[in-house]
Amino acid sequence: MPVLECIELEKSYGRSEALRGVSLKAEGGRILGLLGPNGSGKTTLIKLACGLLQPSGGEIRICGLAPGVETKKIVSLLPDRLSLPGYMSPAALCAMYEDFFEDFDAGRAERLLDELGIDPAQRVRRMSRGTREKVQLILAMSRRARLYLLDEPISGVDPAARDYIISTIMTNYAPDAAVVLSTHLISEAERLLDDVVFLGAGRVVMSGGADELRERSGKSVDALFREVFKC
Amino acid sequence: MDWQIAPESPIYAQLAQKLRRGIASGLYGPGEKLPPVRELALEAGVNPNTMQRALSELEREGLVFPQRTAGRFVTEDAQLISRARETLAREETRRYFSAMEDLGCSAGEISRLAAEIAKEGHDAGA
Repeated sequence: MPVLECIELEKSYGRSEALRGVSLKAEGGRILGLLGPNGSGKTTLIKLACGLLQPSGGEIRICGLAPGVETKKIVSLLPDRLSLPGYMSPAALCAMYEDFFEDFDAGRAERLLDELGIDPAQRVRRMSRGTREKVQLILAMSRRARLYLLDEPISGVDPAARDYIISTIMTNYAPDAAVVLSTHLISEAERLLDDVVFLGAGRVVMSGGADELRERSGKSVDALFREVFKC
Repeated sequence: MDWQIAPESPIYAQLAQKLRRGIASGLYGPGEKLPPVRELALEAGVNPNTMQRALSELEREGLVFPQRTAGRFVTEDAQLISRARETLAREETRRYFSAMEDLGCSAGEISRLAAEIAKEGHDAGA
């Protein structure tokens, strides 16, 4: 059973249709790149998968279940915006995550904070944007989830930190867990992705294994993206 | 090992090629245990699945073999290794020839230059 499955998924906000019949699967042990220009529906899909939005049509399943209380236990979200309360420190956030999520691995969070040289006692308010993003990612990746939904995990950090974040993602998910990652920094994520879905105007424009697409086109996923979404 | 990877062609194939080189050059000696997939993947900065796929290629070719719980080892078949080395050397030479032909050099010129540079020691001019 796929970890995440969408079948003809639709979502409208009033008269604007954000998703117009999206079907895709994310399998355990694999990293799926959700790639698309701004406004193509990436964040909408991620919000539907974690139950923050209700679909207007079609189906979405996480390990066979519709998003709800049970799936929240196994889905770890990294939102596309900074969502940490400014008055809290990483140490306090870890304690909160431990209370909230059975699968939170405080030891892993502590180790990752240490590796990135982040002071666990410093308040979020006093951190740079990049550091806040790192803390958010650490919190998300420190859960032993079945599905990680990472919305633009590398867009706000410097290139050196990107490499670290990419290796953190690659080394911190269990063999049966799936990672779905949205980004428009494709060349940075190129080595990370097993599978890719190109989303354009709420539809799947192209999808497949990253290496298969390279083999077929003789192009990088980044070059292919630029070709498909040429302005 | 230098894991520079070009994104234009399948990454697993490039990784397999680097590993073949590693074995042909003796970086990974006959019978030697290879680092675990995750470690190799981390070193190369690639997804572990992609590294796994590259290793499966080498397994298919017989250059490495898995040992149930102990990990993956380089073959001890010296003939197989030297054949792999020969193939890589041929590919490399072909690449050299086509680069020289692009410069408009004739086959005779290429051989003459190769012989000269071999005599000088190839590092002399570099």
